[in-house]
Amino acid sequence: MLEVSDITFSYHSQAVLEAIAFHLEKGRVLGILGVNGAGKSTLLKCLNRILKPESGTVLLEKENLLSMSPKDVARRVGYVPQRHRETRLSVYESVLLGRKPHMGWTVSDADYEIVENILKRMELTHLGLKSLNELSGGELQKVMIARALAQSPKILLLDEPTSNLDMKNQMEVMKLIRSVVREQGLSAIITIHDLNLALRFADTFLFLYHHRVHSLVGKEELSAEIIREVYGVDVILEKVKGQTVVLPL
Amino acid sequence: MNFFNVSNNSLPAPLSSDISIRPLTSAFLDEVRKKRNLFLLLLLSTAGLGIWAVSQGTYEITPLQVLRALFGGSGQPSDIVVLNIRLPRIVAALVAGWGLSLSGLSIQSLLKNPLGSPSTLGISQGAAFGAALSIVIFGGQVLSVTAFAFAGAMAATAIILLLARLKRLSPEAVILAGVALSSLFASATTLIQYLASETQLALVVFWTFGDVARSGWREIGLLTVSVSLVSLFFLFRRWDLNALASGEECARGLGVNVDKIRMQGMIATSLVAALVTAFHGVIAFVGLLAPHMARRIVGADHRMLLPFSSVIGALLLLSADTLGRILVGSGSLPVGVITSFMGAPLFLWLLVRGYR
Repeated sequence: MLEVSDITFSYHSQAVLEAIAFHLEKGRVLGILGVNGAGKSTLLKCLNRILKPESGTVLLEKENLLSMSPKDVARRVGYVPQRHRETRLSVYESVLLGRKPHMGWTVSDADYEIVENILKRMELTHLGLKSLNELSGGELQKVMIARALAQSPKILLLDEPTSNLDMKNQMEVMKLIRSVVREQGLSAIITIHDLNLALRFADTFLFLYHHRVHSLVGKEELSAEIIREVYGVDVILEKVKGQTVVLPL
Repeated sequence: MNFFNVSNNSLPAPLSSDISIRPLTSAFLDEVRKKRNLFLLLLLSTAGLGIWAVSQGTYEITPLQVLRALFGGSGQPSDIVVLNIRLPRIVAALVAGWGLSLSGLSIQSLLKNPLGSPSTLGISQGAAFGAALSIVIFGGQVLSVTAFAFAGAMAATAIILLLARLKRLSPEAVILAGVALSSLFASATTLIQYLASETQLALVVFWTFGDVARSGWREIGLLTVSVSLVSLFFLFRRWDLNALASGEECARGLGVNVDKIRMQGMIATSLVAALVTAFHGVIAFVGLLAPHMARRIVGADHRMLLPFSSVIGALLLLSADTLGRILVGSGSLPVGVITSFMGAPLFLWLLVRGYR
């Protein structure tokens, strides 16, 4: 469904990404992993053209996102940035904003219906008229995901969606992402630091190392070897109650 | 449940009838309706105040006579007082307030900075410098003072925009550059004042007092057309502004061309600020205060914020000007003095009341 090839990006003539290539199937969650500064967020932003890669293609259902207008990209790719600005927009207004790429001069009946459905599914209805700066971190993150969903995307990009959340909210948000991806037939790409969260909720893992793809593996192929090479940390992988966990030594 | 399988009724049923199906949407639309009514109320109050303000003055005119003069005329001498003497000032106050507030709001939104306004970017100081230059060095005919003030304001804008473009300054840095530029223009103005004769000095100082009584119908017409066009420009981009308010990356993710709208918007908004200042001198605080007041009333949605800011700006400046006329029996206090006096405490009050 998504076929990324040869993405190269540099910043002030310093290579950040070199010849990145990977693919992702429908209904799957991909975790992008790597040390700080490995280019995870940059890669995510190259996929929906927030940053312009110097070369490469991003084929989503055989259409190249990199040669589309920003609006056409926004109709296909939902994006949740790492940082949110504090605003006084209400939850409803924020999610309605996600319909922007599809909107004409006025908001249509269908737009309202989609927003209502999404807020209901995300269990945010009771917060609908509150303004964003009254919400907790977990609630805010859910609103941002709801807005990305309102873009009616085929693919969701999430930049560190759990980095500012407590354990309970981390679990909740990741569960929500995975189940929405499955039931709506989307795919999601998540940059994430927490290996254990990634192992639990992602289906495939893309490791970045020295600006390049180190490996693209499924759950079963993930090894302590890969983690040691990428992070420079010795770990053991253990199964606890059927769930693989990473334990740094 | 798939979110996007929306019921495809060919009949656009009135939304309020679906309360059972879409409780949140109807609650949201109810709020929108309330805000719309409030907007109408504000608009009516502004018109009412305008008519009352026209009727005030040494030559006694009733509000009814004002209305008659506005709609067709009664053939009485009061018509002339209304149309030629009092009305221009009132309309100028309304349009200048609308323009300043629109300009403040758009600078705040485009540069993501609550301190954005024509005076924080150095636009007003640029205009004051231009006016001083014209009066002291070039002998200051009225038209040339206006032209110089306009050129000064646009020069400030051009420097800021060039810096932003060439050096790829962040929006925060743009505001800081504006502050530096303001202080540069202010000291240049002081230098010119130092060189001026006493009469010239008085003229320069008097020019800097913002005053809406200076312009005639031609200037008012020009200002009204440009403020309307720029309002339309921003109204067309209201969703883009909402996206920007949620953060730059979010806006880009929603397909907004952030650099383009920022550049176009800043040019449009500077034009308005430059015109207002060139015609009426430095009127402080309206551009800063009115958008913040509007935000407190209607939140951050630019669909509401744009019209509310505009009408609150108009209402504020007209109130200040009317107050100035009432306080000083004959003649009037320049409105710039009143806005500074009212503006600062009002702004502090807004902050203390928990502006978040």
